[in-house]
Amino acid sequence: MTLTRLRVTTPRKRDRTKPYYAWYVPYLFLLPGVLLYLLWTIYPLVYQLYISFFDWKIMPGQTSTYIGLGNYEKALADRTFWLAMQHTFAYAIITVIGQMLIGLVLAFMVHRVILGKRFFRTIYYLPVVTSWIVVSFLFLYLFSPGNSGLINYIMTQLHVIDKPISWMANGDSAWIAIYSLGIWKGMGWAMVIFLAALQGIPPDLYEAAAIDGANEWDRLRYMTLPLIQRTLFFVFVALMIGGFQVFLSVLILTNGGPLHRTEVSLTYMFNEAFGKLNFGYGAALSYILAAVIVGVSGVQTILFGRQNRDVEY
Amino acid sequence: MMTTSRSQQRLFNLAIFIVLCLGIMIAAGPLLYMLTTAFKGASYVQEYPPRFIPDTITLDNFIQAFTSRNFGRALLNSALVAVSTTMIVTTLSALTAYSFARFDFVGKRVMYGGLIIMLMIPGTVLLIPQFILASNLGLLNSLQGLTLVYSAGPLAFNTFLLRGFFENLPRELEESAVIDGASPFTVFWRVMLPLAAPALSTVAVFSFLGAWDEYILALNFLTDESLRTLPIAIANFRGQHSTNWGLVFAGSLTAVIPTVLLFVFFQRYFIQGVTSGAVRG
Repeated sequence: MTLTRLRVTTPRKRDRTKPYYAWYVPYLFLLPGVLLYLLWTIYPLVYQLYISFFDWKIMPGQTSTYIGLGNYEKALADRTFWLAMQHTFAYAIITVIGQMLIGLVLAFMVHRVILGKRFFRTIYYLPVVTSWIVVSFLFLYLFSPGNSGLINYIMTQLHVIDKPISWMANGDSAWIAIYSLGIWKGMGWAMVIFLAALQGIPPDLYEAAAIDGANEWDRLRYMTLPLIQRTLFFVFVALMIGGFQVFLSVLILTNGGPLHRTEVSLTYMFNEAFGKLNFGYGAALSYILAAVIVGVSGVQTILFGRQNRDVEY
Repeated sequence: MMTTSRSQQRLFNLAIFIVLCLGIMIAAGPLLYMLTTAFKGASYVQEYPPRFIPDTITLDNFIQAFTSRNFGRALLNSALVAVSTTMIVTTLSALTAYSFARFDFVGKRVMYGGLIIMLMIPGTVLLIPQFILASNLGLLNSLQGLTLVYSAGPLAFNTFLLRGFFENLPRELEESAVIDGASPFTVFWRVMLPLAAPALSTVAVFSFLGAWDEYILALNFLTDESLRTLPIAIANFRGQHSTNWGLVFAGSLTAVIPTVLLFVFFQRYFIQGVTSGAVRG
């Protein structure tokens, strides 16, 4: 039921012999938006391909030299880039699982709770509306080294660790901070979508199941989860795409350090381009990353189509 | 044949309530800590043990922030850029979406298909060519240039969102307006837009936030100190070696409070936007 989408074709109204508008009117409506869009999105996309074939010089007076696929060959052989790619994949998978599990549990609870439904939804959504730059600074502060850092303090008090950790000085501990930030910031988003899906399930389905003697767990396992399957998949893909774009949090917390241990593809691209002024190389890296992201969202489009409105049943 | 009794149900609901209350500490605790830190004196920000609620509350950090060079200016710049972006995005995506929703024209399918494909391309990977283009057009270091880039980014998604909304609106009102002799633009402006107010609010809220929070384009586009936006100003409060976190968070709160208020008052539109597509806040 969930995989085969019923396509209900609504007959278009074609009874008007002549439209009431002149032929150019639709284009006039489109013109401003399309112009802006062409200039700042389509053209840059094409232009970036062009740049990626050059050893691009940004400084005036220098000439850029055409090097064909040189930047792409360089990327394939660049171990730091592949390390960054691996880190990006790991980040996407870990944070997506974390966000989905917590988001799902939160949605179930907020759906069930009688008092303060709206209040809980608001509070749990707050991290989502707070900007990445602010929460990145906030987590840098929470994970401060030394015993005045809040996380260090709480964890030593709870005897999870016996002495304060310099979180950002070490790859593994820095990842803990980066992962926690990613999960903490996104769990409310997943929750809101799951909640909408849960609220779309007609309550009489549950009553019928209860009459049939299904217990809480059975209903969850055999009714709720299958019914929101498409939402689950949609959230998974959307979060994965978001996960591949992890950037600002890493830039602020570690800037890829120490020694590229927390490097992700976008921080690497950014530092190559705007740090070392290797714009041609950065452009090639951007294209590779874009291809990966389009590949992931392509899977979604092929399987489910872009519109995932399974909130209605 | 209920498998769980009434009192068990009640206990279960109570347990859920308690867990949700405890969970607030994780979801909102860090934000609350930011709030209280902004009101701590400089000597208490790195104290041991760290205190959630400070003994003495001071406005020093806010005073220092607002008397520091260009912070007030940054606030103004951000407001200017975010409001202009909101107006441009809302107007242009409404026009485009209306054209796709209600008109028939040559090339419609191709153009819309192109738009949908572009939805997949994340904005961040266009950083380099956008920067070079802005530099070639002499738009670096100008708030107008930044506004244009900010406005172009969300157009595709909002067109997609609004087209869906427009198509679900009944045609009768428009048709009677046409019979009364209204021009296509009048129909759009006087009949369609008022009906689309809820969807337009969703678009407006998200485009405002997108521009208000943006950091990386602003960082690279603007070099003049007087042109900097709020996120850049906040980042500049972070010291090279030691950071006065009270100051950073006083600045952060100044940026966050409008967005939180926006969220609390327009929550309906947030939820609408989030559940009708992949808008990420």
